Amino acid sequence: MSNTSAKDDKFSRAPVSQRPMVVPTQEGGIGGQVSVTIDSVDVKVPLGTTILDAARSIGIRIPTLCYHEDLCIAGVCRVCVVEVEGQRTLQAACAYPITAPTKVKTHTRKVRQARRHIIDLLLSNHYGECYTCSRNNNCELQSLAKEYGVDFFRFGHPTEPRFEIDDSSHSVIRDMNKCVLCRRCVRTCIDMQEVGVLEAVYRGADTRICTFQDKPLADVICINCGQCINRCPTGALRANDPTDDVWAAIDDPTKHVIIQTAPSPRAAIGECFGLEPGVPLTFEMNTALKLCGFDRVFDTNFTADLTIIEEGVELLLRLKKALVDKDPSISLPQFTSCSPGWVKYIEHFYPEYLPNLSSAKSPQQMFGAVIKTYYAQMHNIDPKDIVCVALMPCSAKKFECNRPEMTSSGFKDIDYGLTSRELAKMISEAGIDLPKLHKSPFDDPFGTATGSGVIFGATGGVMEAALRSVIEIVTGIRVEEIFEHADIIPVRGFEGVKYAELKIEKVGPVPDLLKGLFTDFNWLLGATLKVGICHGTANAKKVMEDIKAGGKFSQCHFIEFMACPGGCLGGGGQPIPTSPAIREARARAIYAEDSAYTVRKSHENPDIVKIYTEFFKEGPCSHLSHHLLHTHYTPRGKYIAE
Amino acid sequence: MLVTERERLRDDIKAWSQTFGTERNALIPILQEVQKKYSNISQYAMQVIADVLDIHPVEVYSVVSFYSFLNDKPKGKYVIRLCQTISCDMQGKDRVARQLENDLGITFGETTPDGKFSLEFANCLGMCDQGPAMLINDQVYTHVTPEKVHDILENIRRTFGVFALETKEGHH
Repeated sequence: MSNTSAKDDKFSRAPVSQRPMVVPTQEGGIGGQVSVTIDSVDVKVPLGTTILDAARSIGIRIPTLCYHEDLCIAGVCRVCVVEVEGQRTLQAACAYPITAPTKVKTHTRKVRQARRHIIDLLLSNHYGECYTCSRNNNCELQSLAKEYGVDFFRFGHPTEPRFEIDDSSHSVIRDMNKCVLCRRCVRTCIDMQEVGVLEAVYRGADTRICTFQDKPLADVICINCGQCINRCPTGALRANDPTDDVWAAIDDPTKHVIIQTAPSPRAAIGECFGLEPGVPLTFEMNTALKLCGFDRVFDTNFTADLTIIEEGVELLLRLKKALVDKDPSISLPQFTSCSPGWVKYIEHFYPEYLPNLSSAKSPQQMFGAVIKTYYAQMHNIDPKDIVCVALMPCSAKKFECNRPEMTSSGFKDIDYGLTSRELAKMISEAGIDLPKLHKSPFDDPFGTATGSGVIFGATGGVMEAALRSVIEIVTGIRVEEIFEHADIIPVRGFEGVKYAELKIEKVGPVPDLLKGLFTDFNWLLGATLKVGICHGTANAKKVMEDIKAGGKFSQCHFIEFMACPGGCLGGGGQPIPTSPAIREARARAIYAEDSAYTVRKSHENPDIVKIYTEFFKEGPCSHLSHHLLHTHYTPRGKYIAE
Repeated sequence: MLVTERERLRDDIKAWSQTFGTERNALIPILQEVQKKYSNISQYAMQVIADVLDIHPVEVYSVVSFYSFLNDKPKGKYVIRLCQTISCDMQGKDRVARQLENDLGITFGETTPDGKFSLEFANCLGMCDQGPAMLINDQVYTHVTPEKVHDILENIRRTFGVFALETKEGHH
């Protein structure tokens, strides 16, 4: 969300007082620098900088709790209080913009005592035993208590839970007994994701974070993106953890347990083992998974490549029907459907646009369908004995694998969705020190993947992968001749909404794979392919509103939507914490892995070619591929029953 | 709720949004109108309001739950609010409270089975010099004593007795 702050955003519904401070620049005629002294260190900062940012810029640490880099300022927890000269009371550093020369003291006796009191008060309302908490050792409240030497509960400590745990959702579990009312989840859900599941209700001592009418999470309009989990400072929000079931499947000798690993977890799981963000552990993780007892370790990138072929061909078919046959029933632009958070978002908020959504399943689900049919036949295993586990950076994938329509193989395509955090837990449980392991390759028959599959993890990645294949299939020119190293830079980066155009100046012969669908591509000659990319559902909303109003994006042919900021690498199942810097580091790891691959285009993946010759013999978007690799959607609407 | 009633509610909210606008700041006026006409703000009403103002239903719920004068559940025809802040407390609020409970046969936070009276506490009514103070719908009663409570309630009961109309009356 680095470039999409809410400040000049007419779509932001955050009250003006809660939006980030706008600092007028020199160019605007006002603004300038202001000097501030923090703990006797002098520094000049742009007018309007908060005390917290100024202190951080000179390496002075002020503790925070409700503050989060991705979110607007709330100033509710008061943990960051400091003494400001001339002010009678202590001020919250995160919410104090410096507008005049200021002297600040960050750790006087008064400040330390106040912070200790605030932490004591937070603890007096926080029920939970740290040992039984999913966030043990990764809890911001716990670290604050340690930092400020809390050695007894000065204001008491709840001994009984006050709220029932809401475990109705496949993805997110809410335990409001652990909530400290920092409202990070509220700001995440309303401002950042524009979904609006959680809000503070009632008043004063009765305040709590609640869904609409306190309904269970499964009954309200939640897209399961899990961004709230990533930003919760305590264990009040956590993912629905299936690790016990996965262990049980592994321990059952009659079960053939298969795990597929998505590109994003491998770029982030090192963070759970104390590594810096951005250290990929792809092949170490394969070793660890084998040691844990999984029978086969596959790479989701294989079905990411399959998705590119299916979705790309679907796009070409739509374009042909619209441009050549002038079929008015064809919906363009085509939307990507790999992000289950986005799929549920459009089902709720824009059901009238569901025909635009690609019918291709997400790579996770395609893999399950392929495993329980093609792979089961190939290895003569009864699909009922196969347990498919998916390692994903995502909490919405847990919901997706439980969708009733995802059973085209005759079984649940995917049995369990595992997040990066949960796998890290399993690896630790098995006594494995992941970063020190040796490397192992992925198992066959889906061992070869391409760089195109890897970059699915970053925003713009699906588009880049699709363009690499579509350009080459249509024009016959190697992508490297158009874009250096096949790096399609215009679609990369963390801007909230991106737009790119590509003119098709030459068409080539139809490749063998598509001979049954197209006779030639001459109808595309001279056309300009227009694509859009956005990440975070707040940005998705902007694009959808633009399409509704007939704007630029309504003229696009293909739009990539990702529910999470930064794409899958910022998913709700990724290690906690998250911040723009962490997400950028993960993106670097993903793009580095991409350039390390020799095969970087989906249609060149030999295993993809093989599956179309051996199994999906009628080619992409054929009858069998429609049955196994495509799905349909449910218009859900945004009204819920009483 | 019948479909037709839902349609009426939806049309009303759309009409009020014409008057008050579709910005966030139209939320409270619209909620007040809904409550005035329908006596409470239903879940459906909250979702329609959210839709019209382009905010989320949970935000509407948050506002409704914040203000004690907005209610999402049906309340009695007469809502009795007894001031519970310090000066009224020192003037004998507890005795008045006990009398109210005895007379109505309900405790604070409850509604009589016939749906006529709801009893609740309110924070300062601004009548600190004339406590204990009490509010029945829009009417303020000051210097309330246990003896007066009975008369006040009898007066109201008479207004909805056999000769009274079922509409809200007498307290404007």
